[in-house]
Amino acid sequence: MTFGTDMMTSNTTGDTLLKVEHLSMKFGGLMAINDLSFEARRGEITALIGPNGAGKTTVFNCITGFYKPTMGMITLRQRDGKEHLLERLNDFEITKSAKVARTFQNIRLFSGLTVLENLLVAQHNALMKASGYTILGLLGLPAYRNAAKAAIDKASYWLEKAELIDRADDPAGDLPYGAQRRLEIARAMCTGPELLCLDEPAAGLNPRESAALNTLLYAIRDEGVSILLIEHDMSVVMEISDHVVVLEYGQKISDGTPDHVKNDPKVIAAYLGVEDDEVEEVIAVELEGGDH
Amino acid sequence: MDYFIQQLINGLTLGSIYGLVAIGYTMVYGIIGMINFAHGDIFMLGGFAALIVFLILTSFFAGIPVALLLLLMLVVGMLMTGLWNWTIERMAYRPLRGSFRLAPLITAIGMSIVLSNFIQVTQGPRNKPIPQLVSDVYHIGAITVSLKQILIVVITGILLAAFWYIVNKTPLGRAQRATEQDRKMAALLGVDVDRTISVTFVMGAALAAVAGSMYLMYYGVASFNDGFIPGVKAFTAAVLGGIGSLPGAVLGGLLIGLIESLWSAYFTIAYKDVATFAILAFVLIFKPTGILGRPEVEKV
Amino acid sequence: MNAASETGSTNIMSKALREAAFAGAIAFGMFLLFVGIETYQDIDNRLVWRTRWGLLAIFVIIAAVGRFVTVGFIRPHIDRRKLAKAKSGVLEISEEKGFFHRHFLKIALIALLIYPPMSVMLFGPQGSLKYVDNFGIQILIYVMLAWGLNIVVGLAGLLDLGYVAFYAVGAYSYALLSSYFGLSFWVLLPLAGILAAMWGVILGFPVLRLRGDYLAIVTLAFGEIIRLVLLNWTDVTKGTFGISGIAKASVFGIWSFNVGAPDYFPKALGLATSSAWYKIFLFYVILALCMLTAYVTIRLRRMPIGRAWEALREDEIACRSLGINTVTTKLTAFATGAMFGGFAGSFFATRQGFVSPESFVFLESAVILAIVVLGGMGSLTGIAIAAVVMVGGTELLREMEFLKLIFGPDFTPELYRMLLFGLAMIIVMLFKPRGFVGSRQPTAFLKQRKAVSGSFTKEGHG
Repeated sequence: MTFGTDMMTSNTTGDTLLKVEHLSMKFGGLMAINDLSFEARRGEITALIGPNGAGKTTVFNCITGFYKPTMGMITLRQRDGKEHLLERLNDFEITKSAKVARTFQNIRLFSGLTVLENLLVAQHNALMKASGYTILGLLGLPAYRNAAKAAIDKASYWLEKAELIDRADDPAGDLPYGAQRRLEIARAMCTGPELLCLDEPAAGLNPRESAALNTLLYAIRDEGVSILLIEHDMSVVMEISDHVVVLEYGQKISDGTPDHVKNDPKVIAAYLGVEDDEVEEVIAVELEGGDH
Repeated sequence: MDYFIQQLINGLTLGSIYGLVAIGYTMVYGIIGMINFAHGDIFMLGGFAALIVFLILTSFFAGIPVALLLLLMLVVGMLMTGLWNWTIERMAYRPLRGSFRLAPLITAIGMSIVLSNFIQVTQGPRNKPIPQLVSDVYHIGAITVSLKQILIVVITGILLAAFWYIVNKTPLGRAQRATEQDRKMAALLGVDVDRTISVTFVMGAALAAVAGSMYLMYYGVASFNDGFIPGVKAFTAAVLGGIGSLPGAVLGGLLIGLIESLWSAYFTIAYKDVATFAILAFVLIFKPTGILGRPEVEKV
Repeated sequence: MNAASETGSTNIMSKALREAAFAGAIAFGMFLLFVGIETYQDIDNRLVWRTRWGLLAIFVIIAAVGRFVTVGFIRPHIDRRKLAKAKSGVLEISEEKGFFHRHFLKIALIALLIYPPMSVMLFGPQGSLKYVDNFGIQILIYVMLAWGLNIVVGLAGLLDLGYVAFYAVGAYSYALLSSYFGLSFWVLLPLAGILAAMWGVILGFPVLRLRGDYLAIVTLAFGEIIRLVLLNWTDVTKGTFGISGIAKASVFGIWSFNVGAPDYFPKALGLATSSAWYKIFLFYVILALCMLTAYVTIRLRRMPIGRAWEALREDEIACRSLGINTVTTKLTAFATGAMFGGFAGSFFATRQGFVSPESFVFLESAVILAIVVLGGMGSLTGIAIAAVVMVGGTELLREMEFLKLIFGPDFTPELYRMLLFGLAMIIVMLFKPRGFVGSRQPTAFLKQRKAVSGSFTKEGHG
């Protein structure tokens, strides 16, 4: 039994799913994003990387409707061929109609609700319809009861995938950090997205939690859901992404496969320019790895 | 035109009083993010302190100069409310700091009920009238300005200047501003946060006492439930001006005073409070941070 | 006892003495003018004063002794108990629940059902009035109001300080429509609920953008506006005089409670004429309304809309990222809460037979909100307990005639009602900041229903 979106069919793989064109975002006098264009393809993991303050999260917020871009066009083409102009939709409509789900850099769980309830809230729109916008559900009709059961099954499915099934009845705020990350991703998956946007999913994870995260991400990609992720951890980016876009000061400086990007002199300069020993080291290791 | 200017003067007087009370709300809100619902009743307490001082002094020293009398009323009122607010903060608010957000709000509402009923029980439920303190009136053309009004505006002006100096130029003010920005960081850098917050409460109460004394002088009557309506209006003023901003509180107070007196003059007096509240609602809906408030950016 | 602990206890004693002296001095300063001096009007209506040093001394002594006992005995005792508990390692929360605890709701419901006949049996029809009306109905009205407000504040986390406005809308809807058009209670009850819900949407819509304390102050303003309009729109509402002679509720339009009418209900049952029967009938009506409120709240919590409310309280931005329309979600919370306020209002009007703006002051909103928070936001049981304690406790004060023997014949306990109410609010908050029931029951579970500790739940930003 699978609760994810239907398995992709070969003719849609590699299609353009998300197309960002000439995106600009201005905060007062600050140009956070300047004329950015890139694409994310269906069935792939696309990574958005760049030094701190490059505008990665701002791009995310524009795509998911939390910011209205100053200029530019963001087109999302769904599997059934329907197109949505994301910059014209409200934040909640982007998840509801355009099927784009997201997570947050600083985890935003419903900490006072249980893990299971978190996943049920994510199925709000489907359940709302099933409950006849509350009225039929209030009368206790069986249609809603079945839908509620199905929702719990779907939640259990993703809890299994996220290795959280044993904690289902605990408050979300009680989980350790890595588990909270996975729960947030599982919750986003329960909205039934075609594109999942992850904002630094590996930040602050220990190696074991990182591995568990990668497993979850592969599982999601195998369901046919495309992923767009922001990441600082180079090892994660290089290992799992199919396509990398590099930002610096709100502009794109490189775009291509992980191999292409890590050998791009512009990228190396951008990263070495940042006084962040850790990043430098990671890049150095990556470069050595590439030479051999 | 004369009528308009007359109303302007009346509004300014009333607005000064609201502004003084509003500062107490705005400072406490700024520093610990709590609506101190009992602040209106502290204002009422200040009025009562002044009333009692007035009664005692006039019965012992019949010929006491008015200026000295007023000064003593203000000083005793300020000391008294300062002590009260210090104790209240210490006993009822401090233990709840950093706890559940609604707990201090409920405690403050409870404290407001306690204070007004305490005065009702100890001083009786009837209105307390006092004779006119200063009755001089000046005429400029058709406009009448009473000495009371001049006093109120002048005292407010002096206090505001002193206050502005304390907040912006003294170490105490710096500690207050630091605590407001980031309490934990301020504590790490050696600011005595508890003391700073206590002082803020005392300062707010002292200003409310001045407002209370002047309210008593202006209307010549005190009552145990005087705290609520002026309190709500002063809070409205603080929100209107942008809560957390001192100039905003004064500006808000003046605006509320003007709206009230102009509305009463040109429309019906019955709906003057409706006008005040409606304007508050409109301002907040279209500019939720008030006139001088810092815009709040939604962090995602 | 060894030397170290002895010096420890003398240290504590000297500290207690110092703090007691300090507390006494503070109390002296605070109460010097307000307690030590009494102002009153003399025969010429002039304001004069006299001293009350004895009373002041009592206040100061109470403060000093209280501080001494707290610092010297109570605090060390608590510390010792905490230490002992930490040593033995026993968790404070025990999962074991007694029979009474497990069947609390059923027992409470049965007790409520037999409450009116019991009081009639014990005190006779006339004697039962006090118990059924002053305690029973009064408390149940507040239970219903608090449960209604709980939807807005406890579940959706929207701080509403003007809830009494919807209570007023319900009361005036019934009072006006029944006086002008002669419509019956059973027609107007749902209508009043719908009207209040409409007002909930009208007032809710513009304020939804506001967050936290701004929302609180605007709802307070709206509450006051509605009261002031009722007060000043004299052509329709008769202003301060209020509307009197509001029709009584009938038994579903079949029997009436109008004494002497041919369809007088007690006559149909063969009972003597007494106003007690009407009150007993009203008791069951408000009990049914409360049950309806509880039923709807419990059902809604298990449905997507109720979960969305709670999610909204926890994190609004996360809600939006999950495709939840937060505007409609907030509006439904406002409307649902308002609807129950409207039901309660129309019940209030028919029970009193009289409404005036006096009944809908801000203090009422504050009392209802206090009950919600004291009970523990979101918990129906906790809120009901808080209503019984706070409303019942202050009603009880009216009955304390024996206090006159202690404090003299001039003593009127009612005067201290709100003073004690306020003090109780403060004390409960200080000892139980999350209210009587601090934990939350999950709405769905996979294996085991475990209560969520209050330390995880949030209280909402808006």
